[in-house]
Amino acid sequence: MAEYLIKNGHVFDPVQHIKGDRKDIAVKDGKIVETSALSPAAKQIDVKGKSVMAGAMEIHAHVAGPKVNLGRWYRPEDKLFDSHKTPGMTRIEGGKSIPTVFKTGYEYARMGYTFAMEAAMPPLYARHVHEEIHDTPIIDEAALPVFGNNWFMLEYLKNHEIENNAAYVAWTLNQTKGYGIKIVNPGGTEAWAWGLNCLSVNDPVPYFDITPAEIITGLIETNEYLGLPHSIHIHGNNLGNPGCYQTTLDTLKLAEGFKAKNNFGRKQVMHQTHLQFHSYGGDNWGNFESKAKEVMDYVNKQDNLTIDTGNVTLDETTTMTADGPFEHHLGGLNHLKWANVDVELETAAGVVPYIYSPDIKVCAIQWAIGLELALYAKDPMRCFITTDHPNAGPFTRYPRVIKWLMSKKARDERLNTFKHADKVIAATTLAEIDREITLYELAAMTRAGPAASLGLGKDYGGLKPGMNADIAIYNINPDKMPSDPEEIEKAFSGVAYLFKDGKICVKDGTVVDNGNKRTFWVDVKVKANKQVAHDVREKFLKYYSINEANYSVPDSYAPHPYVIAVDATQ
Amino acid sequence: MPKVVTDVTCPFCGTLCDDLEVTVSDDNKKILSVRNACAIGAEKFNHTSLPGRVTRPRMRQPDGTFKEITYDEAIDWTANMLVKSKKTLMYGWASTSCQAMSVGHEIAEKVGGVVDNCATVCHGSSLIAIQDVGIPSCTLGEVKNRADRVVFWGCNPAHAHPRHMSRYSIFPRGFFTVKGHKGRKIYCVDCRYTDTARCADEFIQVQQGHDYELLNAFRTAARGEALPDVIGGVPKEKIYQVVEELKGGRFGVIFFGMGLTHTLGRNHNIDIAISFTRDMNDLMKFSIIAMRGHWNVTGSGQVLSWQYGFPYAVDLSRRSKARYQTGETTSVDLLVRNEVEACFNIATDPGAHFPIDSVISMSKKPTVTVDPHINMSTEISDIHIPVAMVGVETGGCAYRMDNVPIETRKVVDAPDGMLTDVELLTKINTRVDQLMGAQ
Amino acid sequence: MKTVTLTVKQAPDLYLECENITPDTFAGKKADEIAQLPAYQGKEDTTLGEYFTIAGEAGATAAETQIILKGDCSKMKYIGIKMTAGEVIVNSSTDMYTGGWMKGGKLVVKGDVHSFCGLGMEGGEFLIEGNAGNYLGASYRGDWRGMQGGIIRVKGNVGSDVCTFMNGGELIVEGNADVHIATHAEGGRIVIKGDVNRRVGGQMVKGEVIVFGKIGLMMPGFKFIKDVDLEVDGTKARFAEYIGDLGERHPTRKGEPVYGKIFLKK
Repeated sequence: MAEYLIKNGHVFDPVQHIKGDRKDIAVKDGKIVETSALSPAAKQIDVKGKSVMAGAMEIHAHVAGPKVNLGRWYRPEDKLFDSHKTPGMTRIEGGKSIPTVFKTGYEYARMGYTFAMEAAMPPLYARHVHEEIHDTPIIDEAALPVFGNNWFMLEYLKNHEIENNAAYVAWTLNQTKGYGIKIVNPGGTEAWAWGLNCLSVNDPVPYFDITPAEIITGLIETNEYLGLPHSIHIHGNNLGNPGCYQTTLDTLKLAEGFKAKNNFGRKQVMHQTHLQFHSYGGDNWGNFESKAKEVMDYVNKQDNLTIDTGNVTLDETTTMTADGPFEHHLGGLNHLKWANVDVELETAAGVVPYIYSPDIKVCAIQWAIGLELALYAKDPMRCFITTDHPNAGPFTRYPRVIKWLMSKKARDERLNTFKHADKVIAATTLAEIDREITLYELAAMTRAGPAASLGLGKDYGGLKPGMNADIAIYNINPDKMPSDPEEIEKAFSGVAYLFKDGKICVKDGTVVDNGNKRTFWVDVKVKANKQVAHDVREKFLKYYSINEANYSVPDSYAPHPYVIAVDATQ
Repeated sequence: MPKVVTDVTCPFCGTLCDDLEVTVSDDNKKILSVRNACAIGAEKFNHTSLPGRVTRPRMRQPDGTFKEITYDEAIDWTANMLVKSKKTLMYGWASTSCQAMSVGHEIAEKVGGVVDNCATVCHGSSLIAIQDVGIPSCTLGEVKNRADRVVFWGCNPAHAHPRHMSRYSIFPRGFFTVKGHKGRKIYCVDCRYTDTARCADEFIQVQQGHDYELLNAFRTAARGEALPDVIGGVPKEKIYQVVEELKGGRFGVIFFGMGLTHTLGRNHNIDIAISFTRDMNDLMKFSIIAMRGHWNVTGSGQVLSWQYGFPYAVDLSRRSKARYQTGETTSVDLLVRNEVEACFNIATDPGAHFPIDSVISMSKKPTVTVDPHINMSTEISDIHIPVAMVGVETGGCAYRMDNVPIETRKVVDAPDGMLTDVELLTKINTRVDQLMGAQ
Repeated sequence: MKTVTLTVKQAPDLYLECENITPDTFAGKKADEIAQLPAYQGKEDTTLGEYFTIAGEAGATAAETQIILKGDCSKMKYIGIKMTAGEVIVNSSTDMYTGGWMKGGKLVVKGDVHSFCGLGMEGGEFLIEGNAGNYLGASYRGDWRGMQGGIIRVKGNVGSDVCTFMNGGELIVEGNADVHIATHAEGGRIVIKGDVNRRVGGQMVKGEVIVFGKIGLMMPGFKFIKDVDLEVDGTKARFAEYIGDLGERHPTRKGEPVYGKIFLKK
């Protein structure tokens, strides 16, 4: 396999604490190696004046699955005058807020990403998720099955049967080729099957009579009992409502006292996702305000939490989430087309288009909150950049989000030109923040941090010899940082080079190779559990609408698997 | 010893029952019996070894008869047709696997095809409505476990989806519905008294072509507004009564079919039914589900959507973009307006389903039909290429009417030497590459 | 104003995609440059010069450019699409998308137009001397933002799905209309001097439809309020005013709902 010597670049690697020094990076047989391990035949690539980082890792995006696809086909207008073919080894691409799978792979790669986590996989539809993952080029992917409203889990955790719950989770991860435990609006989405909701961590779930707090702590215990590579990944209750930051603090506090138990270097027991949507103060849209500082004060004090931002990009986009009742509520607010699917025994999903207009005060405040969260983060290894794609904005806007984080000038310009700038400034603290994220911090927030949180820190997220050769090289020179912030956005929009598994897949922003993407999933071994086997058999016979034997996703759907084996049989 | 294959998915209708048990001969060549399927599903399996099965491609001769040719000859002719044509209709897909569709789309993108599926003459109207107003919906298991108000509007599952009522919508005892049909109120709205109406608690006869007006009246009644005396043949008192009864339930669902998709207004009829469902969600839980016909038309919609962003009528003829406009890029319109130069049919029978003007138009263009059977489309085609029956002789992914993906299995071997859809399309793809590379 | 004249010299085998025949694309170009502009038929990439003889030259800007089309354009699609200014006059019928997403200027078709014409119109004047097909002035599939502004005038009849999701602007039809007029409208005004088959204002949130002839069947969601005297397009008459669609949601002003309106001439 090809050998490369990437010379003279400015390396940003939080794993090795390299903060922009000029270093050579050597690639051989798909891995990063010591430069001394290369033969004279190695191809030399001079990246003088450019920044070198590990491939970026998307920890939370909705890119593959039934609700993503529903969003695609029910919004033909998202592709009007937009579907196109770009030069390179590409298929037709399209979709401004919900890209087709080809566009998804190419656009992530063009921005230097090498991994994406599909944020929510309904287990009954797992096969669909994997079909889309299989068709998405270049980037490695994984998917998180949702457990927060699952009937098996609700019954086991009501009686605090952790071992049974763990056996069921292990079984589901195996059946669905899933990566970890995702929780969306715990209990509330089961309540939504009756048109109800759980808006606080203490609201009991109808019939099942268990609270979100019990669900969350039970799943933390389950996760650590199994020793999974990732922690629970949670979208908490009461998303999107004025005043919801209280519910968020109640949710985060449930992690207190728990310690991570795993062989993957993971330190957190809870990953709270798209925190922007959960950091609202006030009690109505009129006095709506940012509570980012209060929330980050708490997050900064803990050492067992990671978060991702969920930055609003001020675009027309499409919201989609397993928080079914929230989507119904949003559809009632903006009267746009609302789609909903309740999934038997497991979860639900809702989709509603949304326009984050800079002329609307609330949208501008949401924009500010997303940035505040990142700028208040004390440890960039625990705070990751996302847009909860496509909920707060399309992932293709990451270069713009980076621009706002790295340039106070750029974000002040945006802030001061809002239609209701005075009100927005009064309701937020962004104007007072001088901090500008550095390239080194950015590498932590988009590479090393997410990799560690996912339990992949040994092989991904860094440039240490032995790690996988996923490398992104940007046209940005730390010694000659551009004075025009637009140049930052431009630099992160198209890599000079993207190496995936040691192969050049993108050159000068053009796709030159589709690589050999892999599907990551976690295979957990637990002791044989008669109770759970019985419960599974019974529920399939009586309540599911398909047969147990037809539930699992065969290996043919993940032809290039990256399987992480976990032994939880002790 | 014959063996029994269990958990088999039936490849006929959108109900996609996956509990069939098929007994197969020891040498894996013959189906001996089928259990649990309805009459239609059983026939799908049983007819595979009937005499007269075509196992090799055949080409129309100048005198109108067909002569057997080899797969290679058929593949070469097809690839030449595709490469030469400025714009080709590639229609069907509804009875094959998602894996096959994927290969077909690669070909369409290269040769400038319009990829369309059976929704174009079936639930396309429903898809258009969902594109305009969204859809509150659920999986069939939710209906089984929760629904206590079930409305069949313009559909007749007793005939078209025979096991639907016993597996999901009327009779099953679910987690919250332990009384089965005794705990449900069933309504049937139709212009005629069908066998499904016979299973309902209440039959509402609507004047043909007045469903949109009747649904408008339902919405108006639900908002407590005044109504004229009679709408679509239904007295206003009945409308108020039914709306009140629906509101008294906990979980309602509307199933609908061609009665809405194919009567005056088409997509508007489903649009307003969805709007009614959405209105009801302010008061209780309400869902609506389309009774999809072919067992994998939903799958074709899914694959086209994740690859190009549109569920059917996807115009790839410019090869640099995907475009969609039902009424322009839909098969019947393309044929009637003579906007395509060649036709490639696979896994369905447009000759039987399309309006006669479009069939005549197709018969005048170079046409290839890929299907295990001799059917009306093959008889107007230049070449008929038979393939293994998907879901019986080869497996692959399929999507149920509620979009749940279920695997179909290979149960018996196909006749010797026959290709599967995936194999055939892959060979056509390779030949297209060779021809286009030589240009 | 400078004029470019295109005369059809051969009919396309299928249909010709003429998205480049607009004052905006022609502006600043001479005849030979215009002849080189791309046109498309399926996967065949061709030029305007293959299908038209081209005489004259364009103005420096769209506003200073007039385009005249001679010969049979009934198989030409997308003429005048997205134009912002200037004039396009077609001396025959045209196919689909004529005047689609028009923002300004004047477009005249001396014949019939097919379907999806004037889609998502934002401004300008579109005059059709013959009949129009379906989806005149409607929104693109799935888009809740339909016609925003401008005026379309049809001397003949129109088909179905007229002005779906209309938000603004005006349509005046001298002849008859088929079914589904102003479905899902949230603004705008439609005047039909002839008869309408059925389904006027279905799921209408706001907007106005004025019918001089008969409506085959009034939607049950519309309620008669009172008689009014109106002057419409130069004619004074008495109309019955209906409000609705009562089955649909409506915005409120000062606590009172604002309905859509149908005025039916008495």
